[in-house]
Amino acid sequence: MSTTSLEKISAWLQEYARVIGEHEAELTDLDREIGDGDHGSNMVRGMRAVAGLDLAAFGDAASYLKKTGMTLVSTVGGAAGPLYGTLFLRMAGQLGSGDALDTAAFAGALKAGVEGVTQRGKSAVGDKTMVDALVPAVECLEEQASRGAELAAALPEAAKAADAGREATAALVARRGRASYLGERSVGHIDPGAASAALLIESAARTLV
Amino acid sequence: MKELINDAEHVIFDSLKGVAAAHPDTQRVDLDNRIVYRAQPPRPGKVGLVSGGGSGHEPLHSGYVGAGMLDAACCGEVFTSPVPDQISAATNAVNTGAGVLHIVKNYTGDVMNFDMAAELSAAEGVEVATVLVNDDVAVQDSLYTAGRRGVGLTVFVEKIVGAAAEQGRELGALKELGDRIVANGRSFGIAITPCTTPAAGKPSFELAEDEMELGIGIHGEPGRERVKLGPASDVAHQLVEPVLADLDFTGAPVIAMLNGMGATPLIELYLLYGEVAPLLASNGVDVARHLVGNYITALDMGGASLTLLRADDELLDLWDAPVNTPGLRWGC
Repeated sequence: MSTTSLEKISAWLQEYARVIGEHEAELTDLDREIGDGDHGSNMVRGMRAVAGLDLAAFGDAASYLKKTGMTLVSTVGGAAGPLYGTLFLRMAGQLGSGDALDTAAFAGALKAGVEGVTQRGKSAVGDKTMVDALVPAVECLEEQASRGAELAAALPEAAKAADAGREATAALVARRGRASYLGERSVGHIDPGAASAALLIESAARTLV
Repeated sequence: MKELINDAEHVIFDSLKGVAAAHPDTQRVDLDNRIVYRAQPPRPGKVGLVSGGGSGHEPLHSGYVGAGMLDAACCGEVFTSPVPDQISAATNAVNTGAGVLHIVKNYTGDVMNFDMAAELSAAEGVEVATVLVNDDVAVQDSLYTAGRRGVGLTVFVEKIVGAAAEQGRELGALKELGDRIVANGRSFGIAITPCTTPAAGKPSFELAEDEMELGIGIHGEPGRERVKLGPASDVAHQLVEPVLADLDFTGAPVIAMLNGMGATPLIELYLLYGEVAPLLASNGVDVARHLVGNYITALDMGGASLTLLRADDELLDLWDAPVNTPGLRWGC
């Protein structure tokens, strides 16, 4: 993994930390409606810790992503900590020490991360969780990779897919996490986890270019 | 929203400083890791009991650390599970070689974080078993949800299994005992006012002056159904009936708890128990032991929950065994 990849991944997560801060109140409001109203503050705490990591301590993007995952696991708490933590830990494992961050490599890493999330959370597409934003993004990236699209061109499309997935959670009945206790009453509300996950892909589209 | 805090971001740390100041004889507080331990180190050969969860439910869990109950409690952010390295640190610290039992309330976050902690501690050679508490009958559809929530019965599990651990029972036997309590206990809660987390600063849901929420959990999450608030005699029926409909509580001694959610004054809680007790009796429930008070709360939520445990002589003996914690104290 070249230094460039490390810098790019770092720029991505710095941007995500900034965007999470900007959207803290919105995420918390979404969570108040169908959860317990702390998703914004929990993610801000975790991403602030990630943004504070010293880039000089890492030899490659994989080791930086691994530390990001561990940092989120130990600072966020709740369900979001283990889930986002697992996402980045699995991405790190998949990226390994290759030397290019192209569409196929990023799609493969994200896919491994999302598979980790579904295993840890025992969730699937349609359960009204972060998976509903992430899986469409992975599928879009894989499709773009198969057509040989550059990452800079593929990511804006993946961000659109993630946004559409986030919007589609409004019509779903929650089946996992605390919102599941509401049953039908969860319909009409966007899932806060899908919202923070869509922001992650949007941040990638702005930085991994 | 007015609160007696310094800063919403430091509520847990600041509150634990107060715990340390209030109970220096019985508890030791690791402020950095947000773990409350007994003041005395664990007796060699005794299985360690560790619980924890989001803060805001006090006295649960830190108030139940002490002789006869927990060895350590891990305090998360408000309504947010503690994290794996914190739970693993507590687990390793109270392990004397006899293993450690985790008592976990069934919430997605708590389950994941305790699972990861158990994996971390197991990797360091600590034997860990888990009792998952899921007593809330308000959650009807376990297949399409994260399953029943763990609420009031957690207090009973910590007390009864805690007493058995003091007697020197082994890890496997303690897990079995905990599972037996979970199989025989049920809870149901109602709210008449919502709660406000320090971070959100706004109420978790809106309730009109004449409304109540049935089947609430302990995090201000909305419940099963919203209805008109009637007199306490009606509320007693609304609390008792879902619990009795879920499990047969006749023909055995029962341990009962009428719990306040945080903002309900004791005068109202006693008034409600005055309605609940005869209602249980008229349904053939023999209440052998009972608690009335604030034992597992949801910050400043107004309301109450009822927990019943179908007990037997063994469970009653363990219930009666001495306990010396800030939250429960008798026989010592």
